[in-house]
Amino acid sequence: MTSPNSFADYRVGEPLADTKAPTGPIAERWSRRRFEAKLVNPANRRKHTVIVVGTGLAGGSAGATLAEQGYHVVQFCYQDSPRRAHSIAAQGGINAAKNYRNDGDSVQRLFYDTVKGGDFRARESNVHRLAEVSVEIIDQCVAQGVPFAREYGGLLDTRSFGGVQVSRTFYARGQTGQQLLLGAYQALSRQIAAGNVEMHPRTEMLDLIVIDGRARGIVARDLITGRVGTYLADAVVLATGGYGNVFHLSTNAKNSNATAIWRAHRRGAYFANPCFTQIHPTCIPRSGDHQSKLTLMSESLRNDGRIWVPKRPGDTRPPAEIPEEDRDYYLERIYPSFGNLVPRDIASRAAKNVCDEGRGVGPGGQGVYLDFADAIARLGREAVAARYGNLFEMYERITAEDPYRVPMRIYPAIHYTMGGLWVDYDLQTTIPGLFAIGEANFSDHGANRLGASALMQGLADGYFILPATLADYLARHPHEEVPAGHPAIAEATSAVTERLGRLLAADGDRTPESFHRELGELLWDECGMARNEAGLRKALGRIPELREEFWRRVRVPGSGQELNQSLEKANRVGDYLELAELMCLDALHRTESCGGHFREESQTPEGEAERRDEEFSYAAAWEFTAPGEAPVLHKEQLTFAYVHPTQRSYT
Amino acid sequence: MNLTLRIWRQRGPEEPGAMTTYEVADVSPDMSFLEMLDTLNEELILRGEEPVAFDHDCREGICGACGVVINGEAHGPERTTTCQLHMRHFRDGDTIDVEPWRSAAFPVVKDLVVDRSAFDRVIGSGGYITAPTGSAPEAHATPVPKAAADTAFENAECIGCGACVAACPNGSAMLFTAAKVVHLNSLPQGGPERERRVLDMVDAMDAEGFGGCTHTGVCTTVCPKGIPLASIATLNREYLRATRKGAA
Repeated sequence: MTSPNSFADYRVGEPLADTKAPTGPIAERWSRRRFEAKLVNPANRRKHTVIVVGTGLAGGSAGATLAEQGYHVVQFCYQDSPRRAHSIAAQGGINAAKNYRNDGDSVQRLFYDTVKGGDFRARESNVHRLAEVSVEIIDQCVAQGVPFAREYGGLLDTRSFGGVQVSRTFYARGQTGQQLLLGAYQALSRQIAAGNVEMHPRTEMLDLIVIDGRARGIVARDLITGRVGTYLADAVVLATGGYGNVFHLSTNAKNSNATAIWRAHRRGAYFANPCFTQIHPTCIPRSGDHQSKLTLMSESLRNDGRIWVPKRPGDTRPPAEIPEEDRDYYLERIYPSFGNLVPRDIASRAAKNVCDEGRGVGPGGQGVYLDFADAIARLGREAVAARYGNLFEMYERITAEDPYRVPMRIYPAIHYTMGGLWVDYDLQTTIPGLFAIGEANFSDHGANRLGASALMQGLADGYFILPATLADYLARHPHEEVPAGHPAIAEATSAVTERLGRLLAADGDRTPESFHRELGELLWDECGMARNEAGLRKALGRIPELREEFWRRVRVPGSGQELNQSLEKANRVGDYLELAELMCLDALHRTESCGGHFREESQTPEGEAERRDEEFSYAAAWEFTAPGEAPVLHKEQLTFAYVHPTQRSYT
Repeated sequence: MNLTLRIWRQRGPEEPGAMTTYEVADVSPDMSFLEMLDTLNEELILRGEEPVAFDHDCREGICGACGVVINGEAHGPERTTTCQLHMRHFRDGDTIDVEPWRSAAFPVVKDLVVDRSAFDRVIGSGGYITAPTGSAPEAHATPVPKAAADTAFENAECIGCGACVAACPNGSAMLFTAAKVVHLNSLPQGGPERERRVLDMVDAMDAEGFGGCTHTGVCTTVCPKGIPLASIATLNREYLRATRKGAA
């Protein structure tokens, strides 16, 4: 079948294999890999320079650890300080198979839960390693002084999270991400002060330098002076987070962006499963067109809050005036056994469905009630305050409504991206010498991430996995100087300056923000909570038009030789306009539903996601060809020898 | 509502700056203060003028990137970060002054953006526990009394925004430094470096050009995370104790 746009006419290339994962019993693979990995003599380590881009949980922990081991680390972040990376905003907690509760938890169980939670689209070897490493993370963080919640006896407290049946989530009130990040930041700061890490804050990576097929450096712009510089190294590590901001409104930080991974993709790194995005059901709805980002409310609220909308579309009465018989507690009605505690993706889609029926509440009808009246009647106001007081305060600060008296309004929002750069078991991309860690890679969460697992993966990659696997790469590639004036350096630098120049010269009549908003709305409608062929084809038709319009009509004031936040923004939006196209194509080609990817054409008679394992039990790794031209699909077949795939059911 | 903004505009660190007046119309009370500035900036871009530069990122009150002085108060009239301040706390027709953090140790970079890297260097001088990756003992090997853990957490909440310094008449960073010293010195894991830490961090703080503390207490009134004034007393006690022990 010919398609109206050529981008969708992709070709299927050679299958992709993860050649680094050892075989043998799964519980022994990581120790085998570590034993077989080559080591770098401590005296030789300082001869190796490693670039780390990003200072979140993955990048901060990797930079600190590599420097402790003796490598020379050159590290970058766009923020004014490495302490501000977006990991800091994670609220809930971090999973670890410590089994301190004696409730039957184990490495095997965390492994099992994560593979199943990912809807059987993650690699078993990787997930098992993550579960193994989880226990070391807690030890490491406690030793650094991370103030986890504790019991009166002085031991660590845990809670259960995300519907699992054990209590394995360690937490520091609602600020676990902050505390873990500060731990990594402090370890990194020690290495910066010791001269082992050369830190470049307010410096943004804009391209990758590939020489003789290997990643040898980056092009980065000093955001204060505008100077475009080149930095060379023996290996490059991207720890630049996810790409959720392609949707414009998300729970990500405003400046989180996809430029580093997208530039790497354009230089040859395959991009895997870009359509696997996670939507969080309990965010504060948008209040108007001025909305700049969305704020997440912890999902724990669903333990005691009841979700409802009016039965009748267009019922604009205040919630207190809507009697019980006119309310539809739709999750309790559709999913009687799980009720308000169904998984994230199901709760999100159900909210969208009732809003699409015209039954949404609040401004624009994009919201549903999360009502604590019954909980307050049952437990008393004080007990509810003890559990959720800080969340209620946060909600009231933003909305000026008191959730003790008026039901909260919530709506789903983009929260996390499971897709990312394809990496092998060593976390190496398809470009030798280029590694991707944390949310920037695709490896461990399959099609859906479990709550409290993002922090675990970021720190596992940075503290424990990358330092071991990177050593093997460096040992096999003894340090060689990059010849000064190598043409690849000049080419990458001029590509960056030429692009920035084009943005500044366009002198059009639309702001970068207006394009970002329009792209985000298109993606949210057609590649958001529920996707179908017609919508995805429509988006694939519109995105190239929007991209063309962007380069013609964008307006960026000021110059490139100074702090210019409009220029930074425009450059990122330019990349979103390419990435969005790949996301839609990936969503179009995967005609099954799985995890966060719901294709309306693939559902059970009850309306649940229906996986099609025989056709789609693979990771889709896309190879870039040329801008706007069809990419090549490489499939990495997934095999499940330990956890048998089953269809989820929550009815 | 319609507002008049008087915003500090300064092209660069060495350039002179001035308050510049802008009118902003149709401001929704549900906007955050930064969304109101976004609205202004969108208009400025379309008019061909340079938008106002300001630092911001998470917009959830936790990253510590944002922070401006609003009508003379760091982060404005509510005890929260600038990104979590909403326009419903202002009235139609108000004139609002918006300035960058003012402190010798925080030089202005451009408009409302300042350089707070001095904070990073204070942390690098001792605001950590030396525990190289892989060297950690089992997490339960050392129980931590809940009271100590809670004190540590209360101080570890600091987001490093710099409001305390901006509000202090002396430009002192005592509250910031105290928060980290108290966080780490409260924990048994922080014990071995307890004296060294406080002495080195206070030295670094002084070397960065922050002023001395005269206990005006204004720092705690603007701190979005409520770091207590008592932490400064604890810092002083830790400092005295370390000096007496001769660890310097």
